[in-house]
Amino acid sequence: MTHTLGRPDFDVIAGWIQPGHRVLDLGCGDGTLLKHLIETRGVQGVGVEIADANVLAAIRNGIDVVQGNLERGLDVFADQAFDHVVLSRTLQTVRHTEGILREMLRVGREAVVSFPNFAYWKNLRSVLDGRMPVSEDLPYQWYDSPNVRFFTLLDFEALCQQMGLVVRERRVLDEQGNPVESNDEKDLNFLGSLAVFRLTQPA
Amino acid sequence: MPGQSVGVVQSQRAHFDQALTLRSGGVLPAFDLVYETYGTLNAAKSNAILVCHALSGHHHVAGHYADAPENIGWWDNIVGPGRPLDTDRYFIVGLNNLGGCHGSTGPSSINPATGKPWGADFPIIAVSDWVEAQALLADRLGIDAWAAVIGGSLGGMQALRWTISQPQRVRNAIIIASAPKLSAQNIAFNDVARQAILTDPDFHGGNYYEHNTRPVRGLRLARMLGHITYLSDDQMGEKFGRELRNGSFGFDFDVEFEVESYLRYQGDKFAGYFDANTYLLMTKALDYFDPARLDGGDLTKALGRTDANTGFLIASFTTDWRFTPARSREIVAALLANKRRVSYAEIDLNFGHDSFLMEDAHYHGIVDAFLRNITL
Repeated sequence: MTHTLGRPDFDVIAGWIQPGHRVLDLGCGDGTLLKHLIETRGVQGVGVEIADANVLAAIRNGIDVVQGNLERGLDVFADQAFDHVVLSRTLQTVRHTEGILREMLRVGREAVVSFPNFAYWKNLRSVLDGRMPVSEDLPYQWYDSPNVRFFTLLDFEALCQQMGLVVRERRVLDEQGNPVESNDEKDLNFLGSLAVFRLTQPA
Repeated sequence: MPGQSVGVVQSQRAHFDQALTLRSGGVLPAFDLVYETYGTLNAAKSNAILVCHALSGHHHVAGHYADAPENIGWWDNIVGPGRPLDTDRYFIVGLNNLGGCHGSTGPSSINPATGKPWGADFPIIAVSDWVEAQALLADRLGIDAWAAVIGGSLGGMQALRWTISQPQRVRNAIIIASAPKLSAQNIAFNDVARQAILTDPDFHGGNYYEHNTRPVRGLRLARMLGHITYLSDDQMGEKFGRELRNGSFGFDFDVEFEVESYLRYQGDKFAGYFDANTYLLMTKALDYFDPARLDGGDLTKALGRTDANTGFLIASFTTDWRFTPARSREIVAALLANKRRVSYAEIDLNFGHDSFLMEDAHYHGIVDAFLRNITL
């Protein structure tokens, strides 16, 4: 299976976004996802990015980007200014986990979050073998990793429940980006390398 | 430095034989604007960029004069073939604003009603007046809409004003190291500068020209104070520290610390060529600038007057304590609230407010990337 821009979570995210929607991409990098969404779904997109090189690359890609630090919140954005607020493979790098989730649902109707699942069996095996995991979805060595929060699919679900957030949809993907399906939550937690969630506030 | 200089340039003069009623109620019966252009206006007249100058700037933005090769434009490092304001692609216009002292009609110009320099009678000028005059120059040059209006500091305020006052005529605005209005502290600094000039015995109520003198002491102090606010504490520390010119304390009030020597030199240099009345006018234009005022202070409402198709690039510098990044973010937030197309870069440069004039690969890369994406 080939994936858009080599990112299977981008395909899932793109599938959830309707043409013409307003999308905020947090940690947008060089704007690849937004450019894809603008070109294929005609969305209006804005990115937030902290790194100088990425801000430059995003502007070069013709993407509107606001330089800022997610840890300090999203104060330049008004309440409910976006249909979707995307945080792809970035939540594990943010210290204020609850803060950013609340901010996402303040500025957007819906939060779309993808993250690597630390309970994926290969990651667990790696730890059992005595080494921190390095994989497709966790591509860093422990000493150069930007990740500061290590959590699993089930951990995230528990946090959503604790925060009273509604999981509208969820996709679990293996390392190749293929969907993993099971009725057993523990199996999913074991077999999924990457999780993608669609969250809202309760109605 | 990547790219090249535009090389030899010439300034031009446009005379406007029409009265201009100003925001203050004052009237200029006729006026001149001096300007320079670099590059070539395309057939569609869609590639023009207006460069707005800050407090002490003027029309000589880039290049040098044939008879004065040392007189290089104040923003030469960003203008030229292969530079961000690429003269192979764009037609760049820089002018000296009304009230200035570099050739456009200002306090040292002759008042036709009296045959003497305007002096104290020159009306107070607002940023919106500059935009109006700049629009008349655009008409004269056959430019319906600017591809971009760009400026730093007070120049950025003009760019912002353009997007509100003439939304159809500005397709992009690049607003650097600027603010939507001055803070009380900003105004306070300006007032100390003005007091230095106004209380100089050589000021003569603004009519010093006819006394064949100039309030050099006041202007010098004003510039020294201003200069401190344009630099960062770190940068001054790195550049001067507590270095003594003679290595030991002199126990007197002569120049001792290197920083004193530097500031006095800057003050003397500036007071040698700048007009004190222009300095007063520029600081008042800064103080009065507040485009949200008529909307009850609601910047979001004010920026709702901008055109939905106008693109914005806002940039600030981390060490700028005169117009901090937070001030730029106010503009960004108000534009976003109006669903305007805006990018914002917070640039880590060590030169305080003056960073906007510096050459830096990342900073210039941001401006370059934004400008290259403009469709002509």
